[in-house]
Amino acid sequence: MKHNTEQITAIKDLIFRMADDQLILGHRNSEWTGLGPILEEDIAFSSMAQDKLGHSQALFQILSRMGETDPDSLAFGRKENKMKCCHLVEYPIGEYDFSLMRHFLFDESEALRFDMLRNSSFEDLSHIAWKFRGELKYHTMHAEVWIKQLSNGNDESRVRMQNALNECYPLALGLFEPSDFEDILIESDVFPGEKVLQEKWYERVSMILSKTDLIIPEVTDPAIAYGGRRGIHTEYLKPLLDEMTEVYNIDPSAEW
Amino acid sequence: MYGGGYIFEDPKNTESATEDSVKLRNFEERIAAGEKIEPSDWMPAEYRKQLIRMIEQHAHSEIIGALPEGTWITRAPGFRRKLALMAKVQDEVGHAQLLYSAAETLGKPRENMINDLITGKSKYSNVFNYPAVTWADTAVIAWLIDAGAIINQVANSKGSYGPYCRALERICVEESFHLKYGHDNVVFLATGTPKQRQMVQEALNRWWPPIMHFFGPSDRISVHTETLMRWKVKMASNDDMRQKFLDMYVPKIWELKLTIPDPKLSKNKETGLWDYTEPDWDEFKRVINGDGPCNKERLAVRRRAEEKGEWVRKALMKPDERYTVPLS
Amino acid sequence: MSIKSIDPRITREKLPEENDITPLKEIHHWQTYEVFHQAKTGDHHIHVGSLHAPNSEMALILAKEQYARRYSCINLWVVKTSDICRTTNDEEEIFGTTPDKIYREAGGYKVMDRINKFKQK
Repeated sequence: MKHNTEQITAIKDLIFRMADDQLILGHRNSEWTGLGPILEEDIAFSSMAQDKLGHSQALFQILSRMGETDPDSLAFGRKENKMKCCHLVEYPIGEYDFSLMRHFLFDESEALRFDMLRNSSFEDLSHIAWKFRGELKYHTMHAEVWIKQLSNGNDESRVRMQNALNECYPLALGLFEPSDFEDILIESDVFPGEKVLQEKWYERVSMILSKTDLIIPEVTDPAIAYGGRRGIHTEYLKPLLDEMTEVYNIDPSAEW
Repeated sequence: MYGGGYIFEDPKNTESATEDSVKLRNFEERIAAGEKIEPSDWMPAEYRKQLIRMIEQHAHSEIIGALPEGTWITRAPGFRRKLALMAKVQDEVGHAQLLYSAAETLGKPRENMINDLITGKSKYSNVFNYPAVTWADTAVIAWLIDAGAIINQVANSKGSYGPYCRALERICVEESFHLKYGHDNVVFLATGTPKQRQMVQEALNRWWPPIMHFFGPSDRISVHTETLMRWKVKMASNDDMRQKFLDMYVPKIWELKLTIPDPKLSKNKETGLWDYTEPDWDEFKRVINGDGPCNKERLAVRRRAEEKGEWVRKALMKPDERYTVPLS
Repeated sequence: MSIKSIDPRITREKLPEENDITPLKEIHHWQTYEVFHQAKTGDHHIHVGSLHAPNSEMALILAKEQYARRYSCINLWVVKTSDICRTTNDEEEIFGTTPDKIYREAGGYKVMDRINKFKQK
């Protein structure tokens, strides 16, 4: 299907959000590599961080084909206020409870997002949605097993997981911050919209958490973590970008 | 990645009268015939002890070895390098997992080995007590340290202990990716901008002495290792491995017009061996005994990782489960 | 004061500068599991190594990345090490004469000599 200029703008916005989320969370999660709670899990968590960066790269490649610059410049060359990631992915890794809970809430949404994109009228998106489904399936399996087991573990782990949920859940709602282009994406069958995604996500997340004693916290203001999609970020993003681009910025025109 | 320079205990008791001489003869005949020893086979106590010590040191070297390169994991420039470095450091963790498993088959549980690591009781490869000062250091490590490790590990994979050989076979396959990745990385820097060339030359200057230390002290001055070689625990002499490394990699370094910081380094036409400035073995000993630039940090990091993971491991323990030694 | 590392991840950990060499307070050993993988349909599952896990569900999740992240694999088994029965070394003798039993090998039946002799008669 051929998309008009207005639709292309909307599609690019959607892809930037997704690519930035995966880039920043992949980067965050890579901080655990070599320092994980047990060797086997260190390996698994690192693989998933690599997958996220791989997805981000694939999304930036689509943007390059749509006329944007190359993936490295897109990922390493944009200022904080041009980034469209949500606040959830920006937070430091914290303890493993926080990182796992964020991984669970994020990857459930990512898996559902890619599920929905399999039928997208924008072929590049439907193509990678099919391509990455296996990786996302593993990510959610992994997340669900860990969340279930630690939430049903001992007293300490139950309390830790509840606290992590209390902290992550309001931030996770920022994943679904609506854009100015929702109607265009929906009408052109590119993507059914953040609202539909959020409903599916809530259903899935509640179902998994119902196998534990964890309670989803009440969130009075669902827009509490909004802003990321419009370039307004937490205090954590700028230092992250400075660190990530330290070597790249020695000479952005060099080949590394 | 590990290079040798193992700290074997002086094997003076190896031919202890307490060993059953018939069993010992049979054991040595099997090894001489190229058979592998499996975990449930009879083996001299000294063989078990030295193997645990060696495989454990190797495993520690992998998990500690993940730290110098991990130093740059959040700063790798561009997707290609970022992904590759993550995969490489991940592999090192994976190697530690495989090697701890191999050592466990000899009867020492993994957590006890890790405890011995962080209390300073057991050692790991000395090179990892040096810092990766810039991005270029990770390139030099990935290329040359891993190159050295492959030479050592290929030799060891022909050793006598089945589980260790099996682990090494897989490790060697993965190391060949590390070597290629490291070489590619160094080549890009060496053929890049003047700044990049300067970075990689400085990194080479920093890493050359630890690389020369990597295979361990000359066998002339190291402990008597005859029995260990007969038992195919130690498979090659430290000097032979160092010579092999120089043979394979000095030309590749020179080809990039990089300078190796040893004016004496040259191939002796008469002996066919490389002449080099004798590495500073006093420094080697000092560093291995805890007084290197990063020893404290490396152990403190491992301790923190263990402490931060403790609640996770504890939460999923079942009181009725008993740890079992893995089979092979 | 805490350790200022070249690795920003480590600096963030705020590690103590003084050297702590006390043993770990508690040592927790998870179970060991043996891992078997099947590289492609039609193949047997082959033993590829072991790992530590608290239960079989977790063992599978962890085995997937340690034993199937790099090599082709379509199916994984994990078995608790303590559930595996095996022959002991003392019992190895029972395999001793296995290769000698030529009467059940194809090579044990060479009739051409006899046929040729018969034909020459």
